[in-house]
Amino acid sequence: MLRFIIKRLLVTIPTILVVITITWGLIRLAPGNFYSGEKRLPPAIEKNIREKYGLDKPWYQQYGKTMWNMLRHGDFGTSLNFRGQSVNAIIRRSLPVSAVVGILAYLLALLIGIPVGSIAALKQNSRWDYSSMAVTMLGISIPNFVLGPILVLIFSLSLYWLPPSRWNGFFSWNIILPVLTLSAVYMAYIARLTRAGMLEVLRSDYIRTARAKGLPEKDVVIRHALRGGLMPVISYTGPALAFLLTGTVVIEKIFALPGLGNYFIQASLNRDEPLIIGIVAFIAITLLLMNLFVDIAYAYLDPRVRY
Amino acid sequence: MSDDPVEHHPEDQPALTPLGMPREESPDADIIALGQEMAIAEADVRWPEGGEIIKGRSLWRDAWRRLLQNKLAVFGLVVVILITIAAISGPWLIHKTLGFTPDYIPSNDVRLIKSFPPFTGLDGKFSWTHPMGTDNAGRDQFARVLQGGQISLFVGIISTLVSLLIGISYGAIAGYTGGRVDNLMMRLVDVLYSLPYVILVIVLLSMFRSQTPRGQLVLLFVALGSVSWLTMARIVRGQVLSLKNQEFVLAARATGVSTTRIIFRHLVPNTLGPVIVYATLTIPQVMLTEAFLSFLGFGVQAPLASWGSLAADGAQNIAIYPWQLIFPGVTMALTLFSLNFLGDGLRDALDPQMRTE
Repeated sequence: MLRFIIKRLLVTIPTILVVITITWGLIRLAPGNFYSGEKRLPPAIEKNIREKYGLDKPWYQQYGKTMWNMLRHGDFGTSLNFRGQSVNAIIRRSLPVSAVVGILAYLLALLIGIPVGSIAALKQNSRWDYSSMAVTMLGISIPNFVLGPILVLIFSLSLYWLPPSRWNGFFSWNIILPVLTLSAVYMAYIARLTRAGMLEVLRSDYIRTARAKGLPEKDVVIRHALRGGLMPVISYTGPALAFLLTGTVVIEKIFALPGLGNYFIQASLNRDEPLIIGIVAFIAITLLLMNLFVDIAYAYLDPRVRY
Repeated sequence: MSDDPVEHHPEDQPALTPLGMPREESPDADIIALGQEMAIAEADVRWPEGGEIIKGRSLWRDAWRRLLQNKLAVFGLVVVILITIAAISGPWLIHKTLGFTPDYIPSNDVRLIKSFPPFTGLDGKFSWTHPMGTDNAGRDQFARVLQGGQISLFVGIISTLVSLLIGISYGAIAGYTGGRVDNLMMRLVDVLYSLPYVILVIVLLSMFRSQTPRGQLVLLFVALGSVSWLTMARIVRGQVLSLKNQEFVLAARATGVSTTRIIFRHLVPNTLGPVIVYATLTIPQVMLTEAFLSFLGFGVQAPLASWGSLAADGAQNIAIYPWQLIFPGVTMALTLFSLNFLGDGLRDALDPQMRTE
């Protein structure tokens, strides 16, 4: 196990470096720069700006400095657009918003997706099976940026039950619609994955054995079948995290939440280079470490997986 | 899935049912590993019992028949075809019959420059002119949704083709070469898999933002195509690995066919089944990503519009003009829904062994 973890770390760390390097390279290779707009700056001012941001140095020194600050000191620099705020402070402030919305959405998806998928598998080819699978396909097909405004239209603008947008702290009604919108797709995916996994497991020999020795159906399903049937759901956690991160980008824009995704969009639109690199690096590190964690959990849960 | 087509022989199983009727399904249908042995299945088969010559069902005809039995897949196919036809011919037809283009802003009457609800004309009376209403500038929403569909479908198909090109070449070369090269190439795919690629695509699109809408569209193809080939490469590699030791490859090699030709003329055509299935499922994914990027303002640029950018405009006005979001949104959801069902149906039809049932 330890060997496996070390081996995976040896892949993960270079990958993180590659992501940061790609982002850095894209920004450096892109035409134009962040300081001049429509008008060209006077050469003297341009020279000063380039000196201030170290752009007058050769590219490898700039790259080296960025990487060194980031990796050695955990310092992502200062935002260009949000004057006087460090990228670290912005991430620290916006991360909890994205994380809470994302985690709640994923938990809700598990809470609803697993039972729906299991029941569909247990009653295969029944009306429940067909209708729930059609509904989940609908859930996969409706983009969340369409679903979000429609939910706002129904629950906020017609029924006046929930606030339509804005952040109001973690314990407020404002969080319900974003979480619901974000979780819809995962609910659908998890239900389908659970169904597929359960169908395979329910046909296996050990379930037949469990039934043959007279275990009540409830125990067969909950204690035996679910354990194997949920493996696809566990291995989906990695990709799901990636999608959750990109999903929150849209959700935060629709509901005007001050999360990581919203800052990332603004940074990209304004060419706020340190903030872009900082957020991408942060997302890449989080994502890859979470993936590593999921892989370890998978290897631990499924003894057949040997590395 | 089993890669051994020699597992069963038609002779082992009676080709006739107990009633003496020809079997509904060719006995080969379920055991022919996908994409293999098409040449054999294509040939005429002489059934030992009947003595008459029955035309063998090809893999494709069998798959087509199975597809037609799947109601949801047929529904998907029909809707996709209808939407495609409407998107291609719709704007032109509207222009011919009603006299306006998707970006026509009414210039003869100032009162027309506002957003009308569906089926409403001036003075709030019922009218057939704008079945989906109009947008803020008084442009016909129906024509815009259809034209947006052109762009969305176009991006979906072209980007999928780009991903096919990269994925097939990469996977086939890795699979056929094998050994250390294969190991290295697939390890790279593993690494790329774990990247937050949508984030990188946003960085790419925002940094290299093109000055022209057309340029941005090309950038979009490249960006979307270059991140969606990974699964395709894995599928093709798997297929090639199982095919490359078969006799027909050996025969080709023995007759001195070059490696490139073996890969692209002998192996790749035999992986077509899974490739088609996965391509069908890639199109809705790519369309969704495109819409997502356009919604955020990184994708298709005005005056071009896609379903994503139309939905973005509509989302701004959801409180007052909900039809501006609902029509492009629902059209898009319907298309993705149909494509997903079609893809699922194709998978079941082309590869009975991968069936989820």
